[in-house]
Amino acid sequence: MSQTVTAPTTTDITIEVVYRGIFQKTLAQRICRSVVLAARRRGSPGTAFARYGDSPERNGVPAKQFAVVAVDDTQLEASMARYEPSVTDITVAVDDTLVKGVESWAWYGRQPIWKTTKPNGFVIVTSDKTPDEIVAQTDKAERPYTLAVVPGAASFAGLWVYKDDHTDWRVLGAIAKVAPDWIRLDDVKALVQEQTKDANAVASVQYGFDATALRPVAVGEGTSGHEVLQFEKPGWTTMRPGIVVDARKPGERNPFYKKYGARTMRPVVNFDTCIKCTMCWLDCPDECFEVTPTGHYEVVYEACIGCGICAQVCPVKDCIVMVDELKFDPDLDANKTVWPQWQSDRPAYNKWFEAKSGVSAAPKSAKAAASSGAAATGGED
Amino acid sequence: MAVTEIKTAPLKEVETEQLLTGCEAIAEAIRLADVDVMAAYPIRPYDGVMQAAAKLIANGKMDVEYIVADGEHSQFEIVKHASAVGSRVFVGSSGVGWFYAFEAIAVTAGLRLPVVAICGNRALDDPGAFGTEHNDSLAVRDLGWLLPWAETAQESMDLALMAWRIAEDKRVSLPIAIGLDGAFLTHSQQLVKVPVKAAVDEFLPPYDLGDRLLHPDNPITIAPQVDQDWLMEIRRQNDAAMRSALDVITEAHADFKRIFGRGGDSPFLDEYMTDDAEVVFFGQGTLALPMKVAIRRLRKQGHKVGLVRLKWFRPFPTAEIVKSLSRFKAVGVIDRDYSFGSPYYGGVLYNEVRSALYSHPKRPTVVGFIAGLGGREIEQPMANEIFEKTVAAGRGDLTVGDQCHWIGVRA
Repeated sequence: MSQTVTAPTTTDITIEVVYRGIFQKTLAQRICRSVVLAARRRGSPGTAFARYGDSPERNGVPAKQFAVVAVDDTQLEASMARYEPSVTDITVAVDDTLVKGVESWAWYGRQPIWKTTKPNGFVIVTSDKTPDEIVAQTDKAERPYTLAVVPGAASFAGLWVYKDDHTDWRVLGAIAKVAPDWIRLDDVKALVQEQTKDANAVASVQYGFDATALRPVAVGEGTSGHEVLQFEKPGWTTMRPGIVVDARKPGERNPFYKKYGARTMRPVVNFDTCIKCTMCWLDCPDECFEVTPTGHYEVVYEACIGCGICAQVCPVKDCIVMVDELKFDPDLDANKTVWPQWQSDRPAYNKWFEAKSGVSAAPKSAKAAASSGAAATGGED
Repeated sequence: MAVTEIKTAPLKEVETEQLLTGCEAIAEAIRLADVDVMAAYPIRPYDGVMQAAAKLIANGKMDVEYIVADGEHSQFEIVKHASAVGSRVFVGSSGVGWFYAFEAIAVTAGLRLPVVAICGNRALDDPGAFGTEHNDSLAVRDLGWLLPWAETAQESMDLALMAWRIAEDKRVSLPIAIGLDGAFLTHSQQLVKVPVKAAVDEFLPPYDLGDRLLHPDNPITIAPQVDQDWLMEIRRQNDAAMRSALDVITEAHADFKRIFGRGGDSPFLDEYMTDDAEVVFFGQGTLALPMKVAIRRLRKQGHKVGLVRLKWFRPFPTAEIVKSLSRFKAVGVIDRDYSFGSPYYGGVLYNEVRSALYSHPKRPTVVGFIAGLGGREIEQPMANEIFEKTVAAGRGDLTVGDQCHWIGVRA
């Protein structure tokens, strides 16, 4: 495979890595640092930094880190003493569900993944989906860009651990592929060899370079199904004095900061097997569950971060199932309530449940329900 | 625990004259202003207010939630929170105790909560010392606190009564710390006219936070975490509040004068024998007292000398100061504070005055004096030296290197 794509600019290149807070912090840092160190091998100065406002990071909440490489120190200075670049040459999303939008703080709104990507820049996504599947979940393009899909599932780890699955090396191979004028494949391989002394790691760089699929995205391609969340920031004459903001009233959910952007997995509920035990409602750390008129518990998806605790505490097998967020269509499966659909047309709802979850909606046995003394099939009792 | 019913003493019908320390005068003001919550932690000289207020409560003359905290930081946090839920509050401290409360002091101003405090001015440790020095109050000068200084026990009470009105005015809504010189003011008894409650009620409206009241019926969040997207707007808003304080002080001063007949001509400056003066002394607090004595003595010798006493350091009444001081040939600024390593190794007041005058075409010569630190008395020979050096500076006899002088310090 030849390096035919030219560098977007001649004086500097800016790369942002959009990642899941905490879970991918080290991954993002390794990518950004390696970009700078690889470019340094040919003499270019660079800087790497995390977006200050993201720290301390919150589990799963989208965060950003950056790498800037320039032709000389003077050009580099133009990119320094900043929190985040307003324009990037390359955006990297190390979790494919981030293409549904990036909501880091309330007043940032929900931003398209390509928000800072310059015209004809690159959006690199690690995913086991096809480029077309990714485009279908990405906000409608306002500028042309090239989508690059690096094969592989999202790499998640904790705060103090790092899942060394070579995602960083594969992404670096992909960056070398789309920005060869700045990041040479040979430099990356030499750097990785030097740092890891591991031929497999070097092979992963080459694999990322070779296997990354490029897919030009034209203006207008993508979905307009995602919710628009944009806010005006008040001025000093219009904001309330005394650093006062409206609090939420009891029972009211925050209309400005919805949190579902932190979600990689979505819980779906089989109301037919639900025994109304209240465990999900009690244990949800974000108080996402509402009680329905039938006494079931349904997820308010706008508030759900997809932590999976409800599925863990649910005593009924396959009653709450965590499903890959990208399996949900932006339009058809928006963050709206699903219980009314089950109430009005159970077969249709159960078909939807089975399609998403991959498990049967039919009650397998009445054991769990019977032992708790509740009816297994009813919703109306 | 038995509940003791506190009986409020019948209101005094007429204004009385009482012999009170500055601290006792403040305690009377707390009573007259119907303060809801006060927080205390002992440190000299502020503790004089604690004792005087405790006595008023014990004697059934005052009903106030009196909380003795576990330290100054808690003390200032208590009143900050009480203020946010709608209580009129009082607090105070001195010296390094004031510094121990510093975080709470900073956030109180940032949050625009109208806490009224006194800072019983005291030298900062180390060495441990009890005498007056203004660096404790002055340390908060950049935070958004309003900082008046009193000269007498009467002025202490009057400033306190004005302080709640000014601080709680919605155009301001900023905290105020009244500077009271330790010993000379806090612990010296002077004759004080104590007004009747009805007159104070006419002057001082009830505390009303409006829609900023932290209450379950008014769900708000105060003091959220922000980033660079918000902070400048918040600072600029607080700046506007501090700027409008000049007008609010002027209004309160005029109304106070109407009701109580006291307060002098200007809310910001107290001028003494300046009409024909060629040189003046400039300072704040009780050092005005020995300097007035010196002025009377020097006047008898034929010297045209006067005094301009600053009543409000924050907001700094720049226009009034420039208008006043540009009339004179030379100004001797007397600082009962010091700013190590500052321009010309001067005091805080000295550099603020020079900065205010810098762009005026008729600016006088300004010479600085460091005097009375740690509560050292300002004696007449020192006043003489200050006078002579100020006159010499006016003649142009002093060089730049001589611009600040330590007075009364042993070599």
